Amino acid sequence: MSRILQSASERRAETHPLTWRLHDDQSPVQLEEYRRTQGYDAVTKMLEQYTYETLTEEVKSANLRGRGGAGFSAGFKWSLTMKGEDVPRGYIVCNADEMEPGTFKDRLLMEQQPHLLIEGMIIAGFANRSKQGYIFLRGEYHRAAAAIQRALADARADGWLGADVRGSGWDFDIALHTGAGRYICGEETALINSLEGKRANPRAKPPFPGQSGAWGLPTVVNNVETLCNVPGIVNHGADWFQALSGDLSSDGGTKLYGVSGKVRNPGLWELPMGTTGNRIIELAGGMRDGLSLKSWLPGGGSTGFLLPEHLELALDFDTIGKTGSRMGTGLLTVVADNQSMVSLTRNLEEFFARESCGWCTPCRDGLPWSVKLLRALEAGEGESGDIELLEQMARDLGPGKTFCAHAPGAAMPLASAIHYFRDEFERGITQSKGEAHADPIPVGSV
Amino acid sequence: MATIHVDGNDYEVEDSDNLLHACLSLGLDIPYFCWHPAMGSVGACRQCAVKQYKDADDDRGMLVMSCMAPVKDDAYISIDDEEAKTFRQTVIEWLMVNHPHDCPVCEEGGHCHLQDMTVMTGHDRRRYRFRKRTHRNQNLGPFIAHEMNRCITCYRCTRFYQDYAGGEDLGAFGAHDNVYFGRVTDGTLESEFSGNLTEVCPTGVFTDQTHSDHYTRKWDLQFAPSVCHQCASGCNISPGERYGDIRRIENRYNGDVNGYFLCDRGRFGYGYVNRKDRPTRPESRDEMGIISPLEVDEALDRAADTLRAARRVIGIGSPRASLESNHRLRQMVGDANFSTGIEAGELARIQRMEALNREAGLATPSLREIEQCDAILVLGEDLIQSAARVALSVRQAVRSKGAELGEARGIPEWNAEAVKTIAQDAGHPLFVVTPDVTKLDGIATYAGRLAPDDIARLGFAVAHALDSTAPAVDGLDAATSQWVERIADALLAAKKPLVIAGESLGSMAILEAAGNIARALGRRQRPDAGLTLVRREANSVGLGLLGGESLDWALAQLATGDADGVVILENDLYTRLPASRVDDALDRATAVVVVDHQRTPTWERAGVALPAGTFAESDGTLVSLEGRAQRFYQVFDPSYLRPDTRIRESWRWLHALHATLDRQPVETILLDDLTQAVAEEVPIFAPLHQNTPEAMFRIHGLKLAREPHRYSGRTAMRADLNVNEPRAPVDLDTPFAFSMEGYAGYQEPRREVAFAWAPGWNSPQAWNKFQDEVGGHLRAGDPGKRLFLAPNAGITAGGGDYCTEIPAAFTPRHGEWQVIDLPQLFGGDEMSRRAEPIRERMATPQVALSEADAARLGIVAGETVSVALDGASLTLPVRLSAGLPQGVIGLPSGTIQEITGALTPGVTRWGRLTPEASGRRASVEEGRP
Repeated sequence: MSRILQSASERRAETHPLTWRLHDDQSPVQLEEYRRTQGYDAVTKMLEQYTYETLTEEVKSANLRGRGGAGFSAGFKWSLTMKGEDVPRGYIVCNADEMEPGTFKDRLLMEQQPHLLIEGMIIAGFANRSKQGYIFLRGEYHRAAAAIQRALADARADGWLGADVRGSGWDFDIALHTGAGRYICGEETALINSLEGKRANPRAKPPFPGQSGAWGLPTVVNNVETLCNVPGIVNHGADWFQALSGDLSSDGGTKLYGVSGKVRNPGLWELPMGTTGNRIIELAGGMRDGLSLKSWLPGGGSTGFLLPEHLELALDFDTIGKTGSRMGTGLLTVVADNQSMVSLTRNLEEFFARESCGWCTPCRDGLPWSVKLLRALEAGEGESGDIELLEQMARDLGPGKTFCAHAPGAAMPLASAIHYFRDEFERGITQSKGEAHADPIPVGSV
Repeated sequence: MATIHVDGNDYEVEDSDNLLHACLSLGLDIPYFCWHPAMGSVGACRQCAVKQYKDADDDRGMLVMSCMAPVKDDAYISIDDEEAKTFRQTVIEWLMVNHPHDCPVCEEGGHCHLQDMTVMTGHDRRRYRFRKRTHRNQNLGPFIAHEMNRCITCYRCTRFYQDYAGGEDLGAFGAHDNVYFGRVTDGTLESEFSGNLTEVCPTGVFTDQTHSDHYTRKWDLQFAPSVCHQCASGCNISPGERYGDIRRIENRYNGDVNGYFLCDRGRFGYGYVNRKDRPTRPESRDEMGIISPLEVDEALDRAADTLRAARRVIGIGSPRASLESNHRLRQMVGDANFSTGIEAGELARIQRMEALNREAGLATPSLREIEQCDAILVLGEDLIQSAARVALSVRQAVRSKGAELGEARGIPEWNAEAVKTIAQDAGHPLFVVTPDVTKLDGIATYAGRLAPDDIARLGFAVAHALDSTAPAVDGLDAATSQWVERIADALLAAKKPLVIAGESLGSMAILEAAGNIARALGRRQRPDAGLTLVRREANSVGLGLLGGESLDWALAQLATGDADGVVILENDLYTRLPASRVDDALDRATAVVVVDHQRTPTWERAGVALPAGTFAESDGTLVSLEGRAQRFYQVFDPSYLRPDTRIRESWRWLHALHATLDRQPVETILLDDLTQAVAEEVPIFAPLHQNTPEAMFRIHGLKLAREPHRYSGRTAMRADLNVNEPRAPVDLDTPFAFSMEGYAGYQEPRREVAFAWAPGWNSPQAWNKFQDEVGGHLRAGDPGKRLFLAPNAGITAGGGDYCTEIPAAFTPRHGEWQVIDLPQLFGGDEMSRRAEPIRERMATPQVALSEADAARLGIVAGETVSVALDGASLTLPVRLSAGLPQGVIGLPSGTIQEITGALTPGVTRWGRLTPEASGRRASVEEGRP
């Protein structure tokens, strides 16, 4: 189960808008309690005070950047959605297909506080004139599915969903769709294809989903955490949201940061946007006994490896972007000094090769080849030229050369691992065959 | 227009194109896979990368996929850029990771787009040293062989099969580097256009199974430009021959007609050319029925003698034979003694269709023009079965609504997946009104199920709704009336409305209804509207224009003794009229001469029979349903490899017979002489003059080669007969040579192309090089001369008077059913029915009965019934139809004739049904509908 490692007494409404209601025993916050603690107040306020235009403006000026990993301004995305009296009402889709390696933040929010997501979706649906919301949930998240189903039923019974929401004359409902288990469904247009019952291949853009998305209608796809930030912005305003991160970052709000890997206390924390990696690892109790940190991924498998010296940087989209890596989901994966970068990279590339949708050539046929080269290096069967070939592939899988961002994401850990730890790769060519690695990772099935 | 700068040169290009389309059209080579001129861009293969620069000063640029990059004015791009070249090589290297490199044993080798593109990129070293992924293959039926290991995952097959052609049983399965293109389980591909997979697939995943059964490399085949003889659509084909057999049929690009695609009857129905039981020598049959082979001169003398002994000789022509052969027969017997060989009712309808095409005031669109129509009404034709290639064009017309919606949102038509996203299920309105369900119903706005007379009534009502001076129809029910209004509104709202009707149901009333709609549209000032009338056979239109009496007339002449000699040209009379009537006539004739290329029942009745060439062994002209007169050219000389063969073109036999009959020496006659004679003697054929004399056409003083320059084995292939290689056969009739010597290039404009080839382009994609722009028209103009009005050809709107003979509403009868012919793509055509793979695809003959009638009679699907009709009785299993109206039963056209011979034709035939196991049911006829 996904855990928040701050105790309830540490989390307050003004500073921890995402997690302040969460129970220490991790039981879900149900409707009655949610309502008691300002829940759905933002919807009431919205119905009384906002039009879809002013609402979009508010979120835009809060500078809420997409928490799925790309960091695209949510308000700006909404402003690009085709809408108006003469445009058919489309869909708001919550991207809850959380499958980024090392990432478990959306799961926390959905399992323990589904109403916050529903409230955020109602507001996003209003701002985008959507007629229907869909939560596209990772199939394995069955606890989240149960929590969401119950919350949807409760919210509907309480008048927050369905025809004539709370007597406003506005109709809106949400349905839960559980995915069949493909990472590419996290790509918003592949998600839409999958939702429609088609192969989960990304779509050509333009048209962007805001113009022609699910079933050809204007569609907005937002991440769970992004949507969960929306009620707070409506309740307290854009300035409050901006102020949450203080001087740490120009990006507003808090962020659900987390750590996995060989730290003492892996888990999640809601912290101001722009908190440093050092602070987060400190909160996690540092590395386990006898281990030191060799490298880290700032936000999932599709971000580039960084070095210990980068831990002092603010973890926000722009700062981490300047290192050549990406902040991604903001959930750190730490690599200890006894772990092999070759094995780790091979393991990641196996994942990305397996999850390629098979549409474009570089991704479909390039990634499996990189896996085979990495396996050869791992087994001490590398040949001279292999590393250069991997480097060339990492370049040829870069942005613009593939159909979507899947392969460029896969290329990031590969390129950065070779860049920072080339000697470990070279050992795959020079060492004798079969020499054991410190901490072997089982070979996958690609 | 826009100016683009490519590697330092400036070009003017269309600004609506993408860079790949623009560059290929300029003749610049960029390798590609997933893009296809008829299917647009999807950006999957990443093969067509080029470098694009921001402006003249940008020296870094970035890679873009040229198929997905719109042309922008003043754009700077580079194809030769090193990074772009290396990336393109890398893409090939990736595609080759799992490709088996089995070119020597692969049937695609030699016409493989993957081979061409690999050579083009310069990739020649493999660095991949690991195991390859392998797949299991499927049995996809008699037409298509499947070898998935060769797949490079370009998605063209499913994009063609599903999106372009509407098939549902071929899909993409799996993901990552394990994508599989096939069916859920083994089984025959259901699409009528599956053969196009062999050309759409850039490598050897989908290959021609019929070709495989007697395989020859493309470069070892002898080709000629030909025209499909298997229906009236007039698709252009390139048959390939080796050792005296047709080995495969390739699509021959005609930008006006078939474009890149054929139907499966046309592509796989050639087997009758290769049948071992074909007559190859003249034969005579004496009174005892003993057959003796004859030499040519003997045969001519014997035939002339018997004909001379007759008091009056008539000629029976054929709608499956060329204009030249029919005309030569008519010259021989005289105008007054010539029959078209077509049954009277059908002939009347053919002539009516021609009158409507020429006088009703609407243009007859080409297949490409059909694709641009934006509202279509189909009256009575199950187009997939009766003119499949037309149906494929109708499908594109419906789909083109997506392009329109895309354009409105700034998405160009070529951006195929994006257009699909925007279009969703939107389509231009299509109204299909037929007795039974059709495969176009799925994309139709309205699929109406009516008896033939009611179809006509609906058509008449639409005409009246368009123009109130057209006669009205009384007594339509409310639902039909509503649809009449909707159809009329849609036709009026369209820029290019189209009405399609035809011969399938044998109903003159339906044709008259279509004619009224055409006149009404004309009077409502719709000059871009079109009228397409579907005929049954390859030269039905030509025979109608040529003129002549009906087959009924001819049989009557013989039966009454008014004539006692008959020459029958390429026509099996037993498929057209009941055997008893044909027998009565032929029994009375004292001289029966048959010229044909198949051993038909009619051939067996000949006193003297002369072996004719099929389309593959002869030349001539056919007129397609759009009124396009097109020449087909002899592919090979049958006597070169089989010296015993005495096969000749029918027109050549008839010319020689005529001279012999007149006791004149047989002078050399050339095809051009005959075509000219047709053009001079029948005014509507005057445009054919422009084609002649064609035999003298030369490029750089050279004839045109029928064989690719790599053609091998010419010296050896006849060595089993004689080690001395004879001179290659000489073709005086056409500009083509039976040789690899001659012009085979693409630079010099020519309409007639035996096989498409250009340096570096061995696959069908070589057609790029012959087109004015890729996917456009041939640079020298598309083959054929249009004899009917083309759109924008100065049409006088609304010619002729409205037909006022509106049939009464169909009323089911007590104990009798109206019997209608349901056209069949596989089995409906006399010749392709004789081809083995088509026989495998033919459905078991069944009688179609409405579900309501079946329920009332207690008949279940598959139950055997006998159908009593015209004194004949057919025993067939029942197929339940969700479409057929009550009181109507349907029999599969063609396949029934094969079992029982022709039934009495007629607009309205009535039959009785009796369950075979009738002991348990007294009499089904008692049931009242």
